[in-house]
Amino acid sequence: MSDQGSKNPFPLPSEVESVPGTDGWQDMYPYYTHFQPEDDQRFWFCNSMHFANPMSAFDVITAEVPYHGMGAFTTRVFAFPTVLGIDYRILNGRVYITANTVTDPDEIERRLEIFQRRAGRYYENWNEIYVQWEQRMKNLIASLDDIKVPELPEFEDEQVVMKASGIAQNHYVREAFHRCIEAFSVMWQHHFEMLMLGYGAYVVFFQFCKKAFPEIDDQTVARMVAGIDVLMFRPDDELKHLARLAEELGLGDIFTPDGNPDVILPAVGQRGEAGQRWLEALEKSRDPWFNISTGDGFYHQDRSWNDDLSIPFSALPHYIGLIRKGETLERPVKKLKRERTRIISEYRALLNSEDEQLAFDQILGLAHLVFPHVEDHKFYCEHWLTTRFFNKMREFGALMERYEVIDDAEDIFHLHYTEVEKSLATIMNSWAAGTPPANRDYWKPIIEKRKKILGKLADWQAPPAIGPMPEKIEDPALQMLWGITSETLLAWSTPAVGKAKNEIHGYAASAGVVEGVARVLRDISDFSGISDDEILVCPITHPSWAPLFSKIKAAVSDIGGTMSHMAIVAREYGLPAVVGTGQATQRIVSGQRIRVDGDRGIVTLLDE
Amino acid sequence: MSEHKGDGELGTDAVSWFRDIGIGDSPQVGGKGASLGELVRAGIRVPAGFVVTIQAYDQFMDLVDKSGAIRKAIGMLNPKDLDRIKVLSGQFKDLFAQTPLPATLRKSIAGAYRELCGGQSDLPVAVRSSATCEDSAEASFAGLQDTYLWIRGEASVVKWVRACWASLYNPESVSYRLRLSLPEDQISMGVVVQEMVNARCSGVMFSRSPTTGDRSVVTLEASWGLGSSIVSGEVTPDKYVMNKVTGGIIDRVVATKLIQHVPDPSGTGVQEQSVPPEKQTEPCLSDDEVKALLGVAKKTELHYGCAQDMEWAIAHEDEGIWLLQSRPETVWSSKQAKHISVPQKKAFEHVFSALSGKQN
Repeated sequence: MSDQGSKNPFPLPSEVESVPGTDGWQDMYPYYTHFQPEDDQRFWFCNSMHFANPMSAFDVITAEVPYHGMGAFTTRVFAFPTVLGIDYRILNGRVYITANTVTDPDEIERRLEIFQRRAGRYYENWNEIYVQWEQRMKNLIASLDDIKVPELPEFEDEQVVMKASGIAQNHYVREAFHRCIEAFSVMWQHHFEMLMLGYGAYVVFFQFCKKAFPEIDDQTVARMVAGIDVLMFRPDDELKHLARLAEELGLGDIFTPDGNPDVILPAVGQRGEAGQRWLEALEKSRDPWFNISTGDGFYHQDRSWNDDLSIPFSALPHYIGLIRKGETLERPVKKLKRERTRIISEYRALLNSEDEQLAFDQILGLAHLVFPHVEDHKFYCEHWLTTRFFNKMREFGALMERYEVIDDAEDIFHLHYTEVEKSLATIMNSWAAGTPPANRDYWKPIIEKRKKILGKLADWQAPPAIGPMPEKIEDPALQMLWGITSETLLAWSTPAVGKAKNEIHGYAASAGVVEGVARVLRDISDFSGISDDEILVCPITHPSWAPLFSKIKAAVSDIGGTMSHMAIVAREYGLPAVVGTGQATQRIVSGQRIRVDGDRGIVTLLDE
Repeated sequence: MSEHKGDGELGTDAVSWFRDIGIGDSPQVGGKGASLGELVRAGIRVPAGFVVTIQAYDQFMDLVDKSGAIRKAIGMLNPKDLDRIKVLSGQFKDLFAQTPLPATLRKSIAGAYRELCGGQSDLPVAVRSSATCEDSAEASFAGLQDTYLWIRGEASVVKWVRACWASLYNPESVSYRLRLSLPEDQISMGVVVQEMVNARCSGVMFSRSPTTGDRSVVTLEASWGLGSSIVSGEVTPDKYVMNKVTGGIIDRVVATKLIQHVPDPSGTGVQEQSVPPEKQTEPCLSDDEVKALLGVAKKTELHYGCAQDMEWAIAHEDEGIWLLQSRPETVWSSKQAKHISVPQKKAFEHVFSALSGKQN
């Protein structure tokens, strides 16, 4: 990289080279996601926070639809004064985005007037609207569950004749598919309905703290705001409850680290009344708490605990072991609350004047008002509804497999949703015509090719940003959503000056320094592979991984900020954590000794 | 080493033990001495010692400059007239050197030193100035009056107490006072005589950030040996920033520490020495020690009710923290606090100004 300050440190989109063996990768994605020559004029950064891996053709919907919602609510619904929506493109399978802003003072003033009226209405009635929001979300999930993917029997149900409804099943193939896509779209609209206002309130508190206490670390600001009874902790709490119940009922010996439900469930069932009681408790916990995803809601392969019970079950023996040792599993909620109150009041006392203290009270009060939604919306949106949505798509995949349009139901995820619709059209006609779907083998070689391309793209090192670097970035939206500031850009654009070769830098997420043996976990299927007191190294953690935190002694992630799930959980467990390293899983191997410095955000490889 | 020595049997008005004085005694013992007494009262671990009082100084000065004519002349100098300042300062020093110390004073100082030694012969002590206007919240006087380290023996102690007094009239001190228009007839000086800590490492500490003024952090610098190497800027120390509220270490920079100040092998004074290569890049504090220092900083600040600028040491012989001095932080406390935010009619109005790119 050049050391000339004037030279742009990032490649232009048109300068980024293709990955060998991925010719035609663009065809996986819609034309409007392709970079065009004029895009070289704009600055883009890789949204690796949400999209860490190359996107399969179907999963592009998890970029497309959210950006429709996000921009709509900032640009059009609330008229945020400076914040417009997001443009996105796909390059070598990764999602690059650019944030649009308003800079003209008159225009900002004009938008501010609208924003004050509209945002004010939401802030003033926040809790009331949030209660309605939750109800709307539950209704939406129920309506998604109600969608039936037609089975296309040989003869139509006689009811169609008896009731003279006049519509046959093949019509409902497309209708049901549309309804699923619509439910997903409505979810993402709701997702941003309150969220951007929530972030806005948080960012005001963040800025206040940074001004009043210039050296305050992000995690301490987060600690003053973060909730303690957060929905995302519930699934893990339920699991602990089930572990305790199993032990009380004398069922503890049934649970093995592989967590195989096909073995465990029948074994519990054979334990008479005790077994029945446990199974009833399990059913209660599953709905809705096991609708938690092993991911963040952006990839079809992230399944929920309900989809794969071996994930929660494999954590049970460890919890049961802790109970037998007499340890308390429950989160020390009261202590955490007391500590949060203490931190807040000590910072408050350090402020310079009574006026400042009153402003602090107001701003923090607002942050506390909005934050339950900021923290809890994910459970409804990215977890509960999204895992159900992908499962519905699997039902369509099964239909397509049955009609031999694809080889395997899961292959549906290698088609864009508009391509799925095309192939459903051939099925609709096939059923009507009584012949095989037209050009039935059309998608199969395309899918095979896409699988190969995705495999190759996985190893590509995506540049964190592309295009001409702006002189400064002061956009509060970029800051609040992605933590991107002028300093971030500088860090990205300068080679690791002053960093030792054996160091990996990230965000200091949870304080403390420990050394130990690393265990690299790429996904939840490795879950039982971690031993006590190892250091977890993973691309990103998800709330469903919470049971791991009682085993490990520190945590490192590729992706995430100081408000990420890993950061919050690590702080609660008092484990040092470094997040957002970008490269920990690539540079660290399991078994290697590492030092995690959660005070400074540095991971040191000790025997490299 | 113990915090309290001597039971004051020779007690005269010429010396005051730390344990008997507090911040209110500043007019009698000078700022530094009074502050050390106050720290002892606050339950902070301070090496034992006493102050040669202002009264002792005044008594001697009346012998040096009987009519007060020279001091008066100095007070009327133009602060920019460095040549005249040098001339008068030189005249004063000559007179000073020619004037013998009254026997009663000598006896009091030597007696107090012997008491401080306890059973030990020639306990090493630090002799440090404690002027009446020094270490105030308004003016730092940093480094203008002298400090002498690792002084042993009665005669030596007496000699360096005189040297401290004399330093009040070196040209730098005189011009500093003139520049700030401090009234010359109110200048006086106590001298602190304090047991030396045989420091494994030592350093300075601010109970707010010296760079940003942030009151929620404590900034700490540490290096091997005596703290004089840091104060004089001869070494780049290790640096820590700690969060006062959460107790976390926010930042740490382990520097390459090339030199250290250690007791002179002759038994008196200090010398500069190279740090052995293997220790140069080794942090000189453990995390537990950093946290203990944070505790001392918080306790001291809480006691005084304002941000403090402190010097500390950790001895070879034991593990605890010794606080060597503490004074009010002067740079940030004299600045107009930056305006952050004022209450709004409704809490959410803060969002409007912040998200439209305006400050409220």
